[in-house]
Amino acid sequence: MPTRNSPDLLVIGAGVVGAACAYYAARRGLHVTVLDRGSVAGGTTGAGEGNLLVSDKEPGPELRLALYSTQLWRELAVVLPSRIEYEAKGGLVVASEEKGLSALREFAARQTEAGVTAEVVPGGRLRELEPHLAPGLAGGVHYPQDAQVQPALAAAHLLRAAGDRVSLRLGEEVTAILTGAHGEVRGVRTPSGDLHAPYVVNAAGTWGGELARLAGVQLPVRPRRGFVLVTEPLPRLVRRKVYAADYVADVASDSAALQTSAVVEGTPAGPVLIGASRERVGFDRSLSVEALSRLAGQAVLLFPVLATVRAVRTYAGFRPYLPDHLPAIGPDPRRPGLLHACGHEGAGIGLAPATGRIIAETLTDGELPLDITPFRPDRFGGGEA
Amino acid sequence: MTISPSDDPEYDLAVIGAGAAGLAGAVTAAELGLSVALLDTSSQLGGQFYRHPAPALGATRPEALHHDWSTFTDLRRRLTDSGVTHLAGHHVWTVVRAEPKDLWDVHAVTGADGNGERPARVRARAVLLATGAYERQLPFPGWTLPGVVGAGGAQAMLKSGLVVPGIGVSSVRAQPRAGIGVSSVRAQPRAGIGVSPARAQPRAGGRVVVAGSGPLLLAVAASLVTAGARVPAVVEAAGYLGYARHLRVLAANPHKMAEAAVHGTALLRHGVRLRTRSAVTQVHGADRVEAVTVSRLDRDWRPVRGSGRRIACDALAVGFGLVPQLELATGLGCATRRTRDGSHALDLDAQQQTSVPGIWAAGETGGIGGVQLACVEGELAGLAIAARLGGRPALTESGRARALGRRRDRMRAFASVMAAAHAPGAGWTRWLDDTTDVCRCEEVSAGHIREAVADYGARDARTVKLLTRAGMGWCQGRMCGTAVACLAAEGPGAEPSPSPERRPLAVPVRLEVLGALAEVTASGAGDPEESADPEKGAGR
Amino acid sequence: MARDRSPAELVGAAPDAAFEITFDGRPITALPGQSLAAALWAAGILAWRTTRVGGRPRGAFCGIGHCFDCLATVNGEPNRRACLVPARPGDAVTTQEGHGHDDLAVR
Repeated sequence: MPTRNSPDLLVIGAGVVGAACAYYAARRGLHVTVLDRGSVAGGTTGAGEGNLLVSDKEPGPELRLALYSTQLWRELAVVLPSRIEYEAKGGLVVASEEKGLSALREFAARQTEAGVTAEVVPGGRLRELEPHLAPGLAGGVHYPQDAQVQPALAAAHLLRAAGDRVSLRLGEEVTAILTGAHGEVRGVRTPSGDLHAPYVVNAAGTWGGELARLAGVQLPVRPRRGFVLVTEPLPRLVRRKVYAADYVADVASDSAALQTSAVVEGTPAGPVLIGASRERVGFDRSLSVEALSRLAGQAVLLFPVLATVRAVRTYAGFRPYLPDHLPAIGPDPRRPGLLHACGHEGAGIGLAPATGRIIAETLTDGELPLDITPFRPDRFGGGEA
Repeated sequence: MTISPSDDPEYDLAVIGAGAAGLAGAVTAAELGLSVALLDTSSQLGGQFYRHPAPALGATRPEALHHDWSTFTDLRRRLTDSGVTHLAGHHVWTVVRAEPKDLWDVHAVTGADGNGERPARVRARAVLLATGAYERQLPFPGWTLPGVVGAGGAQAMLKSGLVVPGIGVSSVRAQPRAGIGVSSVRAQPRAGIGVSPARAQPRAGGRVVVAGSGPLLLAVAASLVTAGARVPAVVEAAGYLGYARHLRVLAANPHKMAEAAVHGTALLRHGVRLRTRSAVTQVHGADRVEAVTVSRLDRDWRPVRGSGRRIACDALAVGFGLVPQLELATGLGCATRRTRDGSHALDLDAQQQTSVPGIWAAGETGGIGGVQLACVEGELAGLAIAARLGGRPALTESGRARALGRRRDRMRAFASVMAAAHAPGAGWTRWLDDTTDVCRCEEVSAGHIREAVADYGARDARTVKLLTRAGMGWCQGRMCGTAVACLAAEGPGAEPSPSPERRPLAVPVRLEVLGALAEVTASGAGDPEESADPEKGAGR
Repeated sequence: MARDRSPAELVGAAPDAAFEITFDGRPITALPGQSLAAALWAAGILAWRTTRVGGRPRGAFCGIGHCFDCLATVNGEPNRRACLVPARPGDAVTTQEGHGHDDLAVR
């Protein structure tokens, strides 16, 4: 049995995913130590908008994960303080032309079959939902399950809400994974000494690939840059998460051809955030005037009232992604005792609770809420590094 | 002259900042044959140090508020003679590498406060960053009351607007030549803001306490008293012993002593008291300054209990030295170093070049050092850039360059002593109470920040910002950055930040202006009217 | 204590004709070349904005365009930096409440 000095579990990474893993593991009675080489929410979490989206996901394993996570976020919003700024605000995806709208409708119909709530909104009613939307749009789809949270606060409060079973060690970088005689994980090494535990969770986000390498396994996590523009403080002028999705007609019915625009949303603190939605956007280049310009231009197209509003800040974050754009969640058969919870790309805030819950259930032999086969960490092969 | 993206001229050198460093750099480079654009936010040349009234104010003796005025007028004359293109009212928000790769794009918004509708872009083969500094502030209870102003701010408003805070009436006696007479106007501020109705009658002769730390305080106090304000006290948090330990460096920099002597004489003549090892630890007043409490400080700047004394005044001019303005440089990835007062400055080579080839810097961006140093470094940078771009490496080996290099090194040594002497002591945070707003923009209190540090895992200013919004407002942490970093450093396991705060947008940019640039950037040019149309910008 | 003179006397200012601007509807005098903040200070006015959260009064602080404390609504346009914007004849400065964009709020 664990003593206070040796936890059951080491979580590497104090971002929102690591925090969720610690939270759910602690609720299952485990003692957890969370290590981070920086601060709480110092990586991608701190650079996120806090999108909890189902609207941008096509039917499949990630959508199932997102739907489950959406439900967990609703539960967390009751437990965690209101300062995490959880808002079940809903999303509104609009199309400028009839062709785009019909593609959007088809997409929504498939999502609905997969359990998403989606309501088609005719063009004439869009401005009832969002009074500042540009006139003349063809219509849209309203997704009431989309929500928002302030990601850094969410991570900090998840860690805190986990109580005494979780201890935090910040500013400590893992330099080695300790293994036993049979290759099983025994703990980690940091500059301040060795920490022993039978399980290590890789929640290192963008650096998840490097951590895997320390453990002697391959996990091809790569960083991809994304931007958020932040405006001057404003009153609530955008109610939901709003973005445009138009169909690129010359590409066949592949859903990846749905070209989405900047996501525009208000925040309780005042500023409007303008960020890219996920991988289909193609903004993910190095910080460039052009990328910022496209975000700004698309936001003004959606909400002309933003034209004279000023952007006061922009920040870039690195989205950790895997080649098939699905996260790695669960035990790594190549290294007993090692679990992964990383590679969530632009959806980590939204998918964090489901991820944490899966990790906790795995460790306590609980019942898994969904099939995690698609997220197997060894699915890219490569075996031991 | 204003340019729009459509003009898209290409220069050898873009100099950002028309203060002493930028002027010296621009003039030197232009005189050696480079084509130079000089961008500055202000409508006038001179930067903060040589700030002076607009022509319409008709100042016949602007030098009365200045030291070394002829240095400025010389540079101004040479600027005109050398054909430098002065782009006034240009607020640079980013500098990025252009295509082809050996060029730089300097993006600016235009207008007095950058709120113009037209973006501007200048393309150049080299960039000289001479963006100067802004004032370091440390909060204290009451520092957000109207009438508390930056010491540098008070100086700036005096130099350019001929006004003093807390003096209730326009002190211009010159009879207006036409229009409305000054005497016919009496301000009647609305209740609840500004002057309370009971004291609405303007008063002549404001009393301005000058407080904080650093050599600027003496200069500000001297200007204020010379311009008719009363200065009940100059309150300096440091002692002056920090200088005495470095007599050799002091002896090598006699101009600094002379400058201090000039200010000291003015203050003596006006009977102004200098209190060292003291700080304003509280401002009193309902909705404007009525008095301050001055407390003695121990060696670490902790207020000495029971030492507080109240001084009645109408305004407080406060500042704790200067912080290099590095946004554009850090956006480009230029390496920085930590200075002895805990701030960050650019890491420069002997030729004033940053770690990014093609980007040079001069003046306060390389560490706070004052106006003479800025002139020397600007000139050195100008020489080095001309040498590089003109294929004349001998320029940097010339007697002129070597002499400048020696002067720079001598003055840098003094600057380092000065930074150490006025480095904020860790104990200053003791004069905060938990309700004091640290972040003025987002109104985030010291208590809220301390909670984020103690209970929620914030170990640095960035995480404090994420968890509390301190530093997320309009000023992007320029006013509270030092304070937040100090409070974060009080937490467990905290480390001083290895790099300065990044601000990829150096100034706010209208979304329509930003949106219009995609088109410009994509096509390389475009009709400005067209590119101002957001619909085009989105690439529809 | 010796009192020298006003700043304008000190620099020998002979300004062009003064003109009127208004602050919350009241006329005040400004000199050409002065910023709005300078004109307001000259009229004894130190605050022309209230904060978003606490409703506290604010005016010019840094004086050089960095702190954004001097934001004012000028001729109906909010969030102009009064320390940078030159006063022009007839300018109407109004106390800016909070973000200055109440007109845009949706319920």
